[in-house]
Amino acid sequence: MTRSRSTGWAVATASLAVVALYAYGCGPAARSGGTIGAVGDVASQVYVAPGTHDEFYAFLSGGFNGQLSVVGLPSGRTLKIIPVFSQHPENGYGYNEETKPMLETTFGFVPWDDLHHTSLSQTNGETDGRWLFVNGNNTPRVARIDLTHMETTEILQIPNSAGNHASPFITGNSEYVLAATRFSVPIPQADVPISSYKTNFKGTVSFIRADKPGQMDIAFQLLVPGFNYDLARAGKGPSEDWVFFTSYNTEEAFEKLEINASKNDKDFVAAVNWKVLEACVGKGIYRTMDAEYNHNVMDEFSREGKATVKKGVKVLEPAECPGSLYYLPTPKSPHGADVDPTGEYIVAGGKLATVIPVHSFSRMLQAIKDKAFDGDAYGAPILKYEATIAGEVQDPGLGPLHTEFDGKGYAYTSIFISSEVVKWKLGTWEVVDRIPTYYSVGHLMIPGGDTKKPFGKYALAMNKITKDRFLPTGPELAHSAQLYDISGDRMKLLLDFPTIGEPHYASALPAALIKDKQKKFYSLAENTHPKVARAARETGVERKGKVVHVRMTAIRSSFAPDNIEGVQAGDTVLFHVTNIEQDWDVPHGFAIMGATNAELLVMPGETRTLKWIPKTAGVYPMYCTDFCSALHQEMQGYVRVGPSGSTVALSATTTRRAQQAARMAANEGNAAERQALNQLRPSRTATDAANKPVVDPHAAHTVPASPPVPKQY
Amino acid sequence: MLRTPHRLLLAVAALLLLAAFAFPLWRISLVAPQYPEGLGMLIRVNTVTGVEPHHLDNINGLNHYIGMKRIVPDTIPELRIMPWALGALLLTGLGVAALGNRRLARAWAVVFLVGSLAGVADFWRWQYDYGHNLDLENAPIKIPGMSYQPPLIGSKQLLNFTATSWPDLGGLAAFASLGLAIAVLVHDARTRARTNRALRDLPTGDAHANPGALRSPLILRHTVKEAAP
Repeated sequence: MTRSRSTGWAVATASLAVVALYAYGCGPAARSGGTIGAVGDVASQVYVAPGTHDEFYAFLSGGFNGQLSVVGLPSGRTLKIIPVFSQHPENGYGYNEETKPMLETTFGFVPWDDLHHTSLSQTNGETDGRWLFVNGNNTPRVARIDLTHMETTEILQIPNSAGNHASPFITGNSEYVLAATRFSVPIPQADVPISSYKTNFKGTVSFIRADKPGQMDIAFQLLVPGFNYDLARAGKGPSEDWVFFTSYNTEEAFEKLEINASKNDKDFVAAVNWKVLEACVGKGIYRTMDAEYNHNVMDEFSREGKATVKKGVKVLEPAECPGSLYYLPTPKSPHGADVDPTGEYIVAGGKLATVIPVHSFSRMLQAIKDKAFDGDAYGAPILKYEATIAGEVQDPGLGPLHTEFDGKGYAYTSIFISSEVVKWKLGTWEVVDRIPTYYSVGHLMIPGGDTKKPFGKYALAMNKITKDRFLPTGPELAHSAQLYDISGDRMKLLLDFPTIGEPHYASALPAALIKDKQKKFYSLAENTHPKVARAARETGVERKGKVVHVRMTAIRSSFAPDNIEGVQAGDTVLFHVTNIEQDWDVPHGFAIMGATNAELLVMPGETRTLKWIPKTAGVYPMYCTDFCSALHQEMQGYVRVGPSGSTVALSATTTRRAQQAARMAANEGNAAERQALNQLRPSRTATDAANKPVVDPHAAHTVPASPPVPKQY
Repeated sequence: MLRTPHRLLLAVAALLLLAAFAFPLWRISLVAPQYPEGLGMLIRVNTVTGVEPHHLDNINGLNHYIGMKRIVPDTIPELRIMPWALGALLLTGLGVAALGNRRLARAWAVVFLVGSLAGVADFWRWQYDYGHNLDLENAPIKIPGMSYQPPLIGSKQLLNFTATSWPDLGGLAAFASLGLAIAVLVHDARTRARTNRALRDLPTGDAHANPGALRSPLILRHTVKEAAP
């Protein structure tokens, strides 16, 4: 072995090592393909076999799409989109005449909003599966979704508010949903210099009566200092009389908030005692402020939205109602305020803090008793930080936002900047596990994680950035969610799935709680829509000046009437389409050429109205847009439109047979003849219920639609 | 005269018919890819209903595709007659049991049997009629050679639907009633024949000496037992 030879080897080895090191050192961020994040066989944990159901319903807010997604967990499959604050051409929500009133506000028709948070109704602090509440952030509103048919049934506008962000968190027996202002504004609104912020700008905390469907109302509003109120939670158990809001911008900055609202070392958690407020209001300690706000309700039987404008709101100030508001100093612009299942701990996500501060409810009460105050903010006492704090979670990561609980003594906090979920122990405040998210998690959600009784099996992280997680789709990418198994000691990533809109928050409940309560169709017998047609014989056309009403029925596979003549250019034609099916999963659609709005999607038993203004003469086809049956393509008709002033009489025809049938019926042919004719065209008279006269919906509540009540002995 | 246990059993048989009023006689269930949850109709003593409130309408709605007549209970005269017929059967059954007259009981059972057979045959005839007399001119779906008669008992594939027909609780109770009545009368007849045989085999003198004893069931049973080979 020569010396030169071994030197040669050494040189070669060294140069290879250099190359390898260079390649390694070049890209800590770069990585090749392959599974990132998931470990081991997790597929079976999220595999919901064909034909079987998910274990949980999750309701994901849609953020800037103004809608709500219904997603099954653990599969991550999207089951439905529920339009709430946004028009939805897919089913005509906000386009048809029945649902347009739902989007009315005192600003006018507002067909969009920014839907951030969800809150499921509760009884005794536990999820009860009746309703879901969501907030509209931009034009302050709160909506109720009925979980038996998963539709928006009620929307209440919030007066004296701007940026309804700290909303719609709910109290333990669904007494109130909360609404607090992210933006402070002049209250009442006024034309003032923005620089007069400190003098003129205020925030409000609104308590919305929520436990009676169709009767949401602003019970009272607390006028609070002009900070930004961010998020909230109601207390539980011992703290159930209280609600806790985070607030930032205690600097009261009104420009360059990024810098100017991040100066104070501590901002506040606001603790509000709603029982004390109720008592004050009961004693008449409030003033009624002039305010106008919309209350829009979908009638259960006519399924028509009705918009009414309410006037006046009860307002009170903390100073007038001692004991109603305390501020708990909390580090660095806190975001989430989350109360653990026992109701003792209030966790604040100090989004710029290096710790997660946890306040103790019992210590807070003691501090109030001891008057451990550190001054006041506009008359509301500020408690000493040391007097209320229970502990701080050290080194949780960068940018803690929201915390949920598993009911087993652990808390899970989403960490935005370092993009991870951190699991820590309540009481010892030690971090026990952490797992990355992909990327930049906002909220996270554990089913029931905001209640007394969490279902601590899964956690869902909702992420703001997707980047390389899915096939790229141009500059605009889906937001995403990640599902984690939290049943063991270590969190485990199970699933990555794209979401719709920008889910800020979500709520979930066991499917078994509401699955069997789902409506399959609306009762035609109970339909009280003023333009309902329960059978072909109740259909027809009617002209009132320039307005033409068409009462139509839809049933597999025809419309009645399906030929309409005598409409004139410039007429406003209102198609009132009743789907007279009483069967599961048989919606019918309705569309007509040139309609400037959308289609109708009519559920069995309901009536929906499309407004159409033909501008020019001609023959316009209309058709069913939902593939309803084998003869769906035959489900069509025509509308003949003449020029304005045309002499063609308004008429509606169906087919020769139907006319015959109508004539026979009119001639009072005997039952057998009518029967025979009905048999010729069964689709026209397919439900016996349809033959019944209009009945009072409330009286008819127990009357089965059809056939006649079977006699049973 | 029928013996008391037989009479009681006959009364039970008659009373079983009450179930025919309370429960459906027959059930026709339909399952298709579009109807995994199933549709169904129940033939009751006086009407036809859906298994769920709107099933009959939905079945009628679907039937229009093949040109089948609408099933309208009010147009089926048998449904008006059947409650009376069954009611009469029930009451006469009780009457016969009370009277204990063997001849009447047998006549009653024969009427019951014949009536039942006629009822089932009539049901089949309606099924045949609905399944075959189609309005083919206006049926959107026409398949040459295809008829849609559901089975009387059992399952049958009718296009995309699997139709299954089976007696329901009421029907089963009626069959049980008929079966029980026949069984009672057969048992009665056999017992009687045996008794007669036994009587024949007895020494004549004994019978004459104590005719009353022979009528006593206890002694009779004893005697028959003794007389048996």
